[in-house]
Amino acid sequence: MTGAADPMQGDGNTVSTEFEAVIGMEVHVELNTRSKVFCGCSTNFHAPPNTNVCPVCLGMPGVLPVLNRRAVERSVAAGIALGCTISRWSKMDRKNYFYPDLAKNYQISQYDLPLSHDGVLEVDVVSPGSQTPSASKRIRIRRAHLEEDTARNTHALPGGCSGVDFNRSGVPLLEIVTEPDIQNADEAYSYLISLRQLLLYLGISDCNMEEGSLRAEANISLRRPGATELGVKTEVKNVASFTGAYRAIEYEIARQRQVLLDGGTVVQETRGWDADRGVTVAQRTKESAHDYRYFPEPDLVPIVVDAAWETEIRSGLPELPKARRERFATALGLSSYDATVLTATRAIADYFEAVVAAGAPAKPAANWIMGDLQAVLSERDLEPSDAALPAAHLAAMITLIETGKISGKIAKDLLPELVDTKRPPEALVEEKGLAQISDAGALRELVRKAVADNPGPAQDVRNGKTKAVGFLVGQVMKASKGKANPKVINELLQEELTSE
Amino acid sequence: MKEIARSDVEYVAALAQLKLDDAAADRLVGELGEILAYMDLLNELDTEGVEPMMHALEVTNVYRDDVTAPSLPREAALQNAPRTDGAYFLVPRILDQE
Repeated sequence: MTGAADPMQGDGNTVSTEFEAVIGMEVHVELNTRSKVFCGCSTNFHAPPNTNVCPVCLGMPGVLPVLNRRAVERSVAAGIALGCTISRWSKMDRKNYFYPDLAKNYQISQYDLPLSHDGVLEVDVVSPGSQTPSASKRIRIRRAHLEEDTARNTHALPGGCSGVDFNRSGVPLLEIVTEPDIQNADEAYSYLISLRQLLLYLGISDCNMEEGSLRAEANISLRRPGATELGVKTEVKNVASFTGAYRAIEYEIARQRQVLLDGGTVVQETRGWDADRGVTVAQRTKESAHDYRYFPEPDLVPIVVDAAWETEIRSGLPELPKARRERFATALGLSSYDATVLTATRAIADYFEAVVAAGAPAKPAANWIMGDLQAVLSERDLEPSDAALPAAHLAAMITLIETGKISGKIAKDLLPELVDTKRPPEALVEEKGLAQISDAGALRELVRKAVADNPGPAQDVRNGKTKAVGFLVGQVMKASKGKANPKVINELLQEELTSE
Repeated sequence: MKEIARSDVEYVAALAQLKLDDAAADRLVGELGEILAYMDLLNELDTEGVEPMMHALEVTNVYRDDVTAPSLPREAALQNAPRTDGAYFLVPRILDQE
């Protein structure tokens, strides 16, 4: 940090309109293949250091890498889902640099012919504080290419050393690069959310930021509105969460703006996000880091994805979040909000569909899953799933309500037990005598008593104050321990109070 | 045609982490210059309509299935490490953040 001025303190009047931010994102995701990209070592993240290693991923001289077919297929799947053009012909290249995480002194990556290019991701723009979309934004994807992950360095070792663990070396990595279409931190945050959702639907990566299987960097520059030339950019790294990315970008935009307002120039550099202090800090860069002297990897042959192979991969894709959201809204009649919540993950969408397939109408199924079931499950640290509550059981419970066998109130009380016992709702209702009482003969006594015990409200109803009916219904419900059918009570009350 | 300057040689050597003495640098200025001059000779050929060769091999699509194979025992993986604590390859402290 230079200068005394706090960049977060813009004057708020004129400053905000003087510059526009231009942001591009680079996201690396580890593909969840069983074996590494060029050898048969396991990709298991939790193995002890240097136990998933062999001569290939240790970078021994004279070894030959052989490309993992599934890594190619998952990369292509991501490209298709991102609306990219799939390269008919691509190849691997060597990216040369020296660093302790890279035993060969080159990383096998892709340079001028990535597996896929020129796509677009449609993003609902939300912010960390509000998940209600404020706008929709098309963010173009420049390219998605396959490469190998590097070893992991550990800095916390005694004796002033760093430790290198090659378990991560050679894990397949997909780098997804956007065009500089992103204009603010909200859009960047939303892009990351949408991208992760898409990749999780595809099932090609765990996208776990804590374990480093999804890593995001932002290239940020400012320019005058209407300017065609891009300003000098900084690259912001080291964000550990999507909220962290949001905060880092907010900070970096404000910092660059202050530098420019002070008449300074932005220095092109890599800056690391310091989440504790809430600032970006210039990082020492690898010497001559940007002259990688790429050349074609002679140990690997070209990758040809012909139309047939692309079609085969395409036909294996699941329904993607956007299509599923639209189908839930149009075919099942859900509100846009409900459709969004119920497609947030593939698991919850699958569960909702299973409940509907088991006979529950869509709207009540949606309400139960998003409301009471979600509450009961989160108390137990569970997600909506067949294992937590069989879809058939939830559907059966909803059917019991819809057919008037039990009241909604009883269902609500029953739900924790359904989850805890995994017993069919019909059996529990039977056993506990919870069936709704809809028989007028059985309820008339309770209704008469409620009227007798509450002469004031009863008189109000007779006088045409219909609001008081609700109170009396409540009294009867209470007396019946929640089992009375409110519709029947209502009818009986009308009879009692008008026939006198 | 671009002349090779001494600074080009020093730059490439630095990227490759090679230390050159003055004699070697002088020699390489001449040798690299000759190689580039030869490339210029190739540039005189008419390559209009000739597909660029992207790879030396004609073979494409050679893959392995995504199955795991045994890894090395850790002792074997670490046996040639200049320094190790039995779990990691130890290197001089890296100051850069990743």
